[in-house]
Amino acid sequence: MISKLTHSSIIVLDQTSAHDFYVNKLGFTPVVDVPMPQGGRWLTVSPPGQPDVELILSPVEQNANTPEKVALLTELVKTGTFGVAVFTCDDIYATYEEMKAKGVHFKKAPTKEFYGTEAIFKDDSGNWFSLAQLPKP
Amino acid sequence: MSDYPKMYLYRRLVQAKLFIDSHYAEAIDLDLIADEASFSKFHFIKLFKSTYRRTPHQYLTFIRIQKAKALLDAGGPVTEVCYAVGFESLGSFSLLFKRVTGHTPSAYLAQQQVLKAEKAAAPLRFIPGCFAESRGWLPK
Repeated sequence: MISKLTHSSIIVLDQTSAHDFYVNKLGFTPVVDVPMPQGGRWLTVSPPGQPDVELILSPVEQNANTPEKVALLTELVKTGTFGVAVFTCDDIYATYEEMKAKGVHFKKAPTKEFYGTEAIFKDDSGNWFSLAQLPKP
Repeated sequence: MSDYPKMYLYRRLVQAKLFIDSHYAEAIDLDLIADEASFSKFHFIKLFKSTYRRTPHQYLTFIRIQKAKALLDAGGPVTEVCYAVGFESLGSFSLLFKRVTGHTPSAYLAQQQVLKAEKAAAPLRFIPGCFAESRGWLPK
């Protein structure tokens, strides 16, 4: 029986820029950042308050094995093909204003939906995420 | 945006929070922040706490401890870290750090150095095998 999510990948265009975005703009915690002897870099971050969940900031080159596939995947990421995750927050209006002040691009401002209040933002690569404030039970 | 409540209040509140985020190392006068955000002190503290679950003072301490952890992660000496994040005495820094993290700053620094050395010496121990295999990082 599956018990927990521990790791999930986000395909990014540039790991250094992604590290800055997730740590400095979203406030995520860096977890592992090690260069590999064979080349490549293992880079993970955790959402605030969830140290046991690691998001792997995985470069396009590690997710495609030919130059053609790298080019195709780069284009798909850049053009916002992938909706990656939903993050929740206590106060969406404060979180939205703070993220905007830090330069995060939103595709959708906070809007009341039947499931809560939701905004949609993009990371520095083009991946999009839902930011939600769910109704209190 | 018609359902966007009290936008001007949020902007002022967020600016106050961002001010703490960027000036935590200085001797911040929280009364002054309330004035600059055009709030009464009472209203400012109430709104700040309802949004961030901490009073401005508790938040300032929280940020200082978080920044101290990051500096200690990078190997900074305890005394330097203490003053670099805005504490005026090593005693109050150590006390608060231990209260928040469960460890004294020097114990935390030692633990992080061991962990850092382990990650550098055997990175594969920190990477799920399937990912390491797919990237060709496992020994042949």
